[in-house]
Amino acid sequence: MVPVVFALAAVVAVVFAIVTIAHSSPVINVLSLVVVFFAMAAIFALLGMDFLAAIQIIVYSGAILVLFLFVIMLLNIRSVERLGSGRRVQALLGTVVAVGIGAAALTAVSLLTPTSGAVYPGSLETGTVVPIGRALLTTHLFAFEFITLLLVAAIVGAVYLARRDP
Amino acid sequence: MWVEVLVIGIKLAVVLAALLTTVPIMVWVERRASALMQDRLGPNRVGPFGLFQPVVDAVKLITKEDLIPRDVSRFLFILAPVVALTVALSTFIAVPFGSDTGLELFGHAVRGFIVAPDLNIGVLYIFAIASLAVYATVLAGWASNNKYSLYGGIRASAQTISYELAMTISVVGVLMASSSLHLHQVVEAQTGTWLGVLPRWNVCTQLLGAITFMVAAFAETNRIPFDLPEAEAELVSGYLTEYSSMKYAAFFMGEYVHMTVASALMTVLFFGGWTLPWIDLAFAGWIGGLLSIGIFCAKVAFFLFFFVWVRWTLPRFRFDQLMALGWKVMIPLSVLNFLWVGFAIAAGIM
Amino acid sequence: MTDIPIPHTWVLALSAALFAIGTLGVLLRRNGIAIFLSLELMLNSANLAFVAFAMTLAARPDGAEAALAGQLFVFFVIGVAAAEAAVGLALFIALHRLKGAIDVDRVNILRW
Repeated sequence: MVPVVFALAAVVAVVFAIVTIAHSSPVINVLSLVVVFFAMAAIFALLGMDFLAAIQIIVYSGAILVLFLFVIMLLNIRSVERLGSGRRVQALLGTVVAVGIGAAALTAVSLLTPTSGAVYPGSLETGTVVPIGRALLTTHLFAFEFITLLLVAAIVGAVYLARRDP
Repeated sequence: MWVEVLVIGIKLAVVLAALLTTVPIMVWVERRASALMQDRLGPNRVGPFGLFQPVVDAVKLITKEDLIPRDVSRFLFILAPVVALTVALSTFIAVPFGSDTGLELFGHAVRGFIVAPDLNIGVLYIFAIASLAVYATVLAGWASNNKYSLYGGIRASAQTISYELAMTISVVGVLMASSSLHLHQVVEAQTGTWLGVLPRWNVCTQLLGAITFMVAAFAETNRIPFDLPEAEAELVSGYLTEYSSMKYAAFFMGEYVHMTVASALMTVLFFGGWTLPWIDLAFAGWIGGLLSIGIFCAKVAFFLFFFVWVRWTLPRFRFDQLMALGWKVMIPLSVLNFLWVGFAIAAGIM
Repeated sequence: MTDIPIPHTWVLALSAALFAIGTLGVLLRRNGIAIFLSLELMLNSANLAFVAFAMTLAARPDGAEAALAGQLFVFFVIGVAAAEAAVGLALFIALHRLKGAIDVDRVNILRW
């Protein structure tokens, strides 16, 4: 059961990732990325990390990608160039580099000995809100506060950049 | 194993049927109540009190020509209403609608009236799915290839992101008070009394949170006074302009199902779910369990009526007023509520 | 319910594949928004890798702390991605206002 669901989610993720980078309509790109994130949330839930699965959908699909759609609609970008159109040399070089990185990573993975972890939903003790919240506010407090600082800086920067009369 | 599947199947069928029956009833209530508030008669010809009017409306919508304009992007145009209805219906499976009473079906414990039991992130699940509802509006606005629809879509995306913040922060207070994300435990934490007399409902202990949640819920369901994405007067129905027949009906049903979910959440999070103030139903066994469903439905019905009431009472906001209210009033208020809950828990009065 | 667990190499392989696809997108697209979406894809493939290692460590007797750290990394990556999206999209709005397009080829004033 679990391997089948995982394989299904993985195939969906890869197929829609390709659509994300290849399609010429920006709205279709964003929507297929939503599907990829859904497949990833399914994998997180499958591995027992329920909290991550939920925030993956709330933050990514519910907020960040809606922001992308907002900007696409605000600028009214109906259609853009296809993958690697125009410049042939750059396209070839880029493909070689990307495939090289992918191949290197896959080779590295194939050298590892597969370990099976705890899997199906709810089986992971640390996957729920309580341990994650406790760790955020004790062990990782500094990083947590720093993320808030980063977000404030980002909001101020974004407002400054997008202001009409600078 | 298969008994479990069967029980979940039965619950799913009952919930789906109940949700889909709510829609025509709400259409009738909306039209009759608005007539009452405006001193008119309202639809009263079809059946007693015009009760069969929604049936006639449905027949009209189904038999109308399903028009797809020439220059729309066809795939997204058809996808949008599907997303609207699917997202609206799938939120409800994590909402508990009755107390856990050891009722057994074919020798298998029903484990409380909720479709998906043992969801330890119940609240987060509902917010995750509900946050996807905006895609239907945005896609409809984009795919229609019409400037008014596009405005509707842009407004919907900005409005939803803004009010989602206030909504989420106001819920954090509830989760702190019940120290759980199980909606069942959220309700159980609201039994008993607070300060001696008041029922321990979250609306009494954290009024600010309840108010911000309610306002944000109106904004998230695109109801008046926050129905800017469809504003008939300025945007000729915004994202709905190009839709007709069953596709229009799908959006319409989606909106009413969203209202039902918002009312159910309001009930569970702030108004004690299926509990009654000062009375514990546990002594009544499984009859009390069934009674609890009735209490829950009555509360949800009240909030649905409240949605209608507000719609025919308040005028629509302007868009800049809406954003200013969201960012400058609602978010600070919800943070204030969050601080109050923290203080109250630390001081031991909650 | 007894299930066959997934080896963590499967998750890592998926992560590698998504990372390669994301790299391809970043290198081959010229439209700002598309490049950004590919970047999000790459960040998420890194998240998958973190999750894969967290899952492996969770299976060890003393691995609870490490498994938690893996999930928190994902949490922080999501936070950084949100900040990055806000600033990046504001940049594109400013760029669109300046040049009338968000093609990154048009941003060449600082070129030699």
